[in-house]
Amino acid sequence: MLRFALTRIALAVPTLLIVAVSVFLLIRLIPGDPALLMLGDMADPHSLADFRRSHGLDQPLPVQFALWLGNLAAGDLGRSITTGQEVLPLIFDRFLVSATIVVVAVALASLVAVPAGMLAAWRQNSLTDLAVVAGATLLLSVPSFWLGLLLLLLFGMKLGWLPVVGYVPFGQDFGAALAYIVLPVATLVLVEVGVIARMARASTLEVLRLDYVTHARAKGLSELAVMGRHVFWNAFAPTWTLIGLILGNLLGGIAVVETVFTIPGLGRLLVDAIFARDYPVIQGCLLFIAGVYIVVNLVVDLLYPVFDPRVTA
Amino acid sequence: MTTGTDDALLSIEDLRLEAGLGRVIAENVAFAVRPGEIVAVVGESGSGKTMVARAVLGLLPPPVVATAGRIVFEGRDLRTLPGSAMRRVRGARIGMVFQEPMTSLNPALTIGRQLDEGLRLHTSLRSAERRERIVAMLGRIGIDDPDRCLAAYPHEFSGGMRQRIMLASVMLLKPALLVADEPTTALDALVQRDVLELMVELTRENGTSVLLISHDLSMVARYADRVVVMYRGRIVEQGATDAILLSPRHDYTRKLLEALPRRGRARAVPTAEGAVIEVRNLTVDYPGRAGLFRKGRPKRAVDGVSLSVLPGETVAVVGGSGSGKTTLGRAIIGLIRPSGGEILFRGRSVMGGGGSREYRHGCQIVFQDPYSSLDPRMQVGAIVAEPLRLVPDLSAAERAERVRRVLSDVGLDADYADRFPHQLSGGQRQRVAIARAIVRRPAFVVADEPVSALDMTVQKQILRLFGDLQERYGFACLFISHDLAAVEQVADRVLVMKDGRIVEAGSRDDVFDRPQHPYTRRLLSAIPTLEPLPEGGFRLSVRHGQEALSAVS
Amino acid sequence: MTRTWFGLPASPGALLGGLLIGVLLLAAGLGMVWTPYDPLAIDFRARLQPPGPEHWLGTDEFGRDVFSRALAGASTSVSISLFTVAAATVAGMLIGLAAGYLRGWTDRIVVSITDALLAFPGILLALGLLAVLGANKYGIILALALAYTPSVVRVVRSNVFSLRETGFVEASRVMGNGELFTMARHVLPNCIAPVTVLATGMFGWVLLSESALSFLGLGVPPPAPTWGNMLAASRPYMSQAPWLGIYPGLCIALTLLGINLLGDAVRDRLDPRMRRI
Repeated sequence: MLRFALTRIALAVPTLLIVAVSVFLLIRLIPGDPALLMLGDMADPHSLADFRRSHGLDQPLPVQFALWLGNLAAGDLGRSITTGQEVLPLIFDRFLVSATIVVVAVALASLVAVPAGMLAAWRQNSLTDLAVVAGATLLLSVPSFWLGLLLLLLFGMKLGWLPVVGYVPFGQDFGAALAYIVLPVATLVLVEVGVIARMARASTLEVLRLDYVTHARAKGLSELAVMGRHVFWNAFAPTWTLIGLILGNLLGGIAVVETVFTIPGLGRLLVDAIFARDYPVIQGCLLFIAGVYIVVNLVVDLLYPVFDPRVTA
Repeated sequence: MTTGTDDALLSIEDLRLEAGLGRVIAENVAFAVRPGEIVAVVGESGSGKTMVARAVLGLLPPPVVATAGRIVFEGRDLRTLPGSAMRRVRGARIGMVFQEPMTSLNPALTIGRQLDEGLRLHTSLRSAERRERIVAMLGRIGIDDPDRCLAAYPHEFSGGMRQRIMLASVMLLKPALLVADEPTTALDALVQRDVLELMVELTRENGTSVLLISHDLSMVARYADRVVVMYRGRIVEQGATDAILLSPRHDYTRKLLEALPRRGRARAVPTAEGAVIEVRNLTVDYPGRAGLFRKGRPKRAVDGVSLSVLPGETVAVVGGSGSGKTTLGRAIIGLIRPSGGEILFRGRSVMGGGGSREYRHGCQIVFQDPYSSLDPRMQVGAIVAEPLRLVPDLSAAERAERVRRVLSDVGLDADYADRFPHQLSGGQRQRVAIARAIVRRPAFVVADEPVSALDMTVQKQILRLFGDLQERYGFACLFISHDLAAVEQVADRVLVMKDGRIVEAGSRDDVFDRPQHPYTRRLLSAIPTLEPLPEGGFRLSVRHGQEALSAVS
Repeated sequence: MTRTWFGLPASPGALLGGLLIGVLLLAAGLGMVWTPYDPLAIDFRARLQPPGPEHWLGTDEFGRDVFSRALAGASTSVSISLFTVAAATVAGMLIGLAAGYLRGWTDRIVVSITDALLAFPGILLALGLLAVLGANKYGIILALALAYTPSVVRVVRSNVFSLRETGFVEASRVMGNGELFTMARHVLPNCIAPVTVLATGMFGWVLLSESALSFLGLGVPPPAPTWGNMLAASRPYMSQAPWLGIYPGLCIALTLLGINLLGDAVRDRLDPRMRRI
């Protein structure tokens, strides 16, 4: 088990490193002086010279990369060109906002979708199955930003039940915070329920064909015990991996939902930075989101043996 | 045909199984199992035997359903039993063992939990008592360290061990009937016998009747009191095992019995000519699985093997799984690079590229699995014609003629040329694979378990075809197999492999009649054979039985 | 079971999918050559008109005909998606085949790079690339193609590796066929089916990504219409003119539904593993 964990962690290191190289090179691909790009047109000659020295811009590329990596390790991602704020704390604040919405949404979606998918597989080809498959395929086809707008139109504008746009931190006013995140969370739940339910159904069908399920029935176990004890744990393993991927993917694509509901999250920060050509923030966001994605998948993999003890062998 | 009697434990009457809209899987199925009796249902794929077994437990996979008949067990018709009552029968009164040891235990639960499950459900024993019983049972089936076993997961055990654990889990509840669906088909011959013997012992100790489903008549004949022969969803014959063997009445039964491989006549192989293939001191290492935190240690699959094959001769390599026999064949044919030793084709080394063109053209292979050995996107004609691409000076017409002739030689009509592999049966696919191997008239063919994946009657046809073709085309053959019966039929000489080494070599008659190595003797004793009697029936015989039994510990 | 002319089983889902995609392709083709109104023609007297006989789907804040813009948007979205999928598929197959053929260091480098690129979740990589390439039609195609190529590489490479182990590829080697011939004759044709399944699904993802980027303002720049930027522009008028947001979104959703249904049918047909279930 320890060896499995260490191997898996060690495998993530080169990936992180190559991600860092790609982001580093991406910024270098832009024509122009990197110092000017990173500090903005308004920067004074003194700090430009300072930046060139500390980042070794007169040195060969590998040396520049090493210096850059050193700064990265020290948590120094530079300062935003537009606001002058330090990039890392800025990203971290925005990340908490996005992460709250994403984690709550994926947890709720899984709670609905996994039982629905298993039920559909258990009653394969029944009306229930047809309804779950059709519903999941429909939800799978709805773009989140459109669904968000429709929900906003219905619950925010026509019915007036919920606030239309904005965000209140949970620490500030719990009730208001809840009201503000209901719609974005509902949007993401609806969009992801389809994907997860289809996966849960497919992997349950795979498991249901196996001999040990028939063996469990041949022991005289009730259907509830068969599904709960024998099918669930094995069928959930691939779904678990998918949920990890979805968590990360949402973080990368949440910008659209944050735009719909005007939420100050990480995705919006990145998009605004792209508009403003705020390269330190762009670079920081790319690195941070990819890093979180890698870590989330690592954690998912490390927990995988809970569902399938074979992988540690 | 006598069926359900009053003293029967299980009696199946006029059972009819259908899949979906009226596709009949089995009909008019009627037989009985009496207390303490072992009844074998024998048939080939598609005979419906497995579905009948599943019907007994009410576990037919959709869309198969029982549409008529009765399944009377301990006086009650199981077909009309409500779900909850049926669940009290399953496990407690009727246990079931499955074919595939790799998928019949839940990989996510410990052995302990899976063994405990049935006891907790069907008995009122307290936890400590259940544990005591489980540990005793594990000891009974030959598990050294029961406490460790309870906390282990299925993947930590070998196939044979898992099948023992399966047996333990079922027999813990002392059911009145055990349904065993091809319980040992996926195992090696040696392990197969051990598991079957354990099954017979355990069921005898508990007075449990057995319904044994199998495709292997000679194997079940050794243990079954009565045999039921099924063919295409119908019972064609049933009766006491001896009676069936001695005087089979139905044509299909006779065909099944005659399909069992039998020793062919010894052929005179010219020894004057030099060997087609000569292997000297061949060694093959597989690189060990190197992880980040462990060093890969190479595994030696073939260890210093020397052999030679004369023109037109069939040399068989036999051994259990992991003996290195398949690796040896693949190395000789050039699919694996050996780590040491020498391979000579017609006296010239093929290791350093010398003579390799002649060697490539002169050596071919037939694989075990007819499903993956043919390109699914190519038609039979194109598959068989492909090797001719590299034959120089062959016109398109000559090529077409060669393909047509070799297809007819392997027993396929010309119109098969336009079919795709998925439109063929397993036996037909293997014919195509053989045609592809011999179309270029090779001097040497490696046949790697060419019939193991096929039904018995098809095996017989393919083995006979192979012999005919060898005579007509004159190729030498390295016949790799775990199936001693097939080897006895086709081989001129036999090599026995164990742990990467050849432990015994000799002419077929010497090895089969006068085995020297204890391992050979164990292998031989594991397979019962049916000897044809002059008056038309068959007699079951076990070779080197007693000494071999004592060698197994 | 009845069969359509290209051999797919005619399940109701597949038929609906085919119908939706057929309509989409027709609309995209039509949008290229003819629209009822000029999609860019501004008419302030006809601002924000609800759907009616004159303007089937109403008009937007500049008085432009929404139906005409949706048609033009279809051709933009479909052409971008097709180009992207074609580019990613061709590049992915070439790289995947090369990695599977050459193995060794080439393969290790390819795997490291695809792994790293796949470590950028969702549209993040496309966002990063757009920051460099700039938001225009070609930038989007290039960015999305780069973002989606790694998945094709991964699928092709793993297929090549498992095909190498099969009996018919080994038989080809034993016959004396060269490695390259074996790749072309036996490996490549057997990679087509899984790549087709992947490409079908990818068309949907790319179209969704393109719409999302346009929605964020990083796609095809206005005034050229795409479904995504029409949706984005509708936001301030959501309560007065809901049709502005409803119809472009509906177009995207119906397209994705068609692709998902068709993709399921293609997969059931081509992926033997799924067919068994």
